[in-house]
Amino acid sequence: MAALLEVKNLGISFGGLRAVDDFDVSIKKGQLYGLIGPNGAGKTTVFNLLTGVYKPSEGIIKLDGVNITGLKTIEINKAGIARTFQNIRLFKELTVLDNVKAGLHNHYKYSTVEGILRLPGYFKTEKAMNERAMELLKVFELDEEANLLASNLPYGKQRKLEIARALATEPKLLLLDEPAAGMNPNETIELMNTIRFVRDNFDMTILLIEHDMKLVSGICEELTVLNFGRILAQGETSAVLNDPQVITAYLGE
Amino acid sequence: MKKIRLSKSLKDNIITYGIVILAYIIVQIMVSSGNMSSLMQGLLVPLCVYVILAVSLNLTVGILGELSLGHAGFMCVGAFTGAFFSKCMEDVITIGLLRFILAILIGGISAAVIGFLIGMPVLRLKGDYLAIVTLAFGEIIKNIVNVLYIGKDSNGLHISMKDSLSLGLEPDGKVIINGAQGITGTPKDSTFTIGVILIIITLIIVLNLIHSRDGRAIMAIRDNLIAAESIGINITKYKLMAFSISASLAGIAGVLYSHNLNSLMATPKNFGYNMSIMILVFVVLGGIGNIRGSIIAAVVLTLLPELLRGLSNYRMLIYAIVLIVMMLFNWSPKLVELRKRFSPRRLLNKTREVQ
Repeated sequence: MAALLEVKNLGISFGGLRAVDDFDVSIKKGQLYGLIGPNGAGKTTVFNLLTGVYKPSEGIIKLDGVNITGLKTIEINKAGIARTFQNIRLFKELTVLDNVKAGLHNHYKYSTVEGILRLPGYFKTEKAMNERAMELLKVFELDEEANLLASNLPYGKQRKLEIARALATEPKLLLLDEPAAGMNPNETIELMNTIRFVRDNFDMTILLIEHDMKLVSGICEELTVLNFGRILAQGETSAVLNDPQVITAYLGE
Repeated sequence: MKKIRLSKSLKDNIITYGIVILAYIIVQIMVSSGNMSSLMQGLLVPLCVYVILAVSLNLTVGILGELSLGHAGFMCVGAFTGAFFSKCMEDVITIGLLRFILAILIGGISAAVIGFLIGMPVLRLKGDYLAIVTLAFGEIIKNIVNVLYIGKDSNGLHISMKDSLSLGLEPDGKVIINGAQGITGTPKDSTFTIGVILIIITLIIVLNLIHSRDGRAIMAIRDNLIAAESIGINITKYKLMAFSISASLAGIAGVLYSHNLNSLMATPKNFGYNMSIMILVFVVLGGIGNIRGSIIAAVVLTLLPELLRGLSNYRMLIYAIVLIVMMLFNWSPKLVELRKRFSPRRLLNKTREVQ
């Protein structure tokens, strides 16, 4: 099967610091891929490079055969990468429903004039948007809370809403930055099921950063381990997790 | 669930429109029954001006979430372009209403253009920096208008930044914008009725914008810029859109303002930062992002100094105290909690639950 995401020789420096160096990865369509590593290893930097927050100093990023290196964040989103954030970034003063509808922004359109004058296009599109957004919220069992402000959701549901919003942009590749951070074991298990469900039902390819080894070994098929911005190990999950180098990096000598 | 939400925002909007229309009817009854002093009657159009300004600034401050201190500058642009147009066309278009409508359109469009041009560089800044730069632009606009001389004669328009003599007008020409002396003799086309119609148009534009795809994008940018970008929302486009619409509405308020005065001058008092800050006070007091609150705050704070005129020296003291009390009432966490507990809506829900 052809790779959906193909990254070659990716690197970036901040001043004298080599944050990511010679990063290669190839993720197949439909794969659940994990990116792990100690704190400060450069995992989130990789996400920021993939989503155009940072421009890479070198390297090539290809999504579905299309070169997206150096594009702006919104262009990369339109090309098909959506993400969630390590520290949750919801639209706090908007309702849960509106958060997802904001994610639908580029797929359901009507003009400003139609919106202000409330022409038929407004009602038609808004109705379709509401239906689609509610569909997504149902998947994440958030439909009951649709009219709450996003900031009033409990923590675990905020994480879910962020995933729902990212999926609303109809991406090919979903990046999850520590989705289980701050969750208790039960919530983590629920999240694992959700992630699998998303992969299976949305035909999604998922790349996730995670510290929770139970989650990583439970759902990821392949892993890349980063340490000090460089790849330490790469391959099938069980093999990588038993790699003595990886164990050393995580647990120390 | 969905229906409830839609009808809730709709209900909110209807209440807002209702308040404006009700206020209009009450004022009309008072005027026709002779229960309103001429002083108060003179305040009616300025009231409409301030309400439009407050609502339009709330679009920038509350909905877009950027602090702008140059709003009076956009009002100035609208006031002068509108008045200039009316003066030029006074003999050509004799139907007052038509000329005024055109003046409003021209004032609104030119303020939007200036808003767009200023917004492009300025909206890259954030927070305090943006506030200071908009303040500077507001002052620049006012000062440019102060040294602007435009005259008209049989050869067309003459523009100068020096003085009225250097316009080199033919004997039949007349000076329309005379530098610091501004524009005199603008036709007095503004009426309270037109003012209220403009308020309602402003409300329709702002409220419908907020509850639309574009409004959602604008508020998403306000709540989290990085996340908004990550879901493919064009930050620059929507920031500029909100800023230009806000400027354009301020321009319309300016046209209304200028057609209520015999002589229009760009003084620090009417178009300077004092004015910008006063409009900001309306917005902050009424509640940032709360359109209805802006209207009420603008009306109360415009009427208050006039109503307190009898108290002469203590007038501004009381004004200041009311400002502080209103601010506490609106924003102190304890009072907000107290207010929520005793809000009629909540009490109503409670009785419903009991039943």
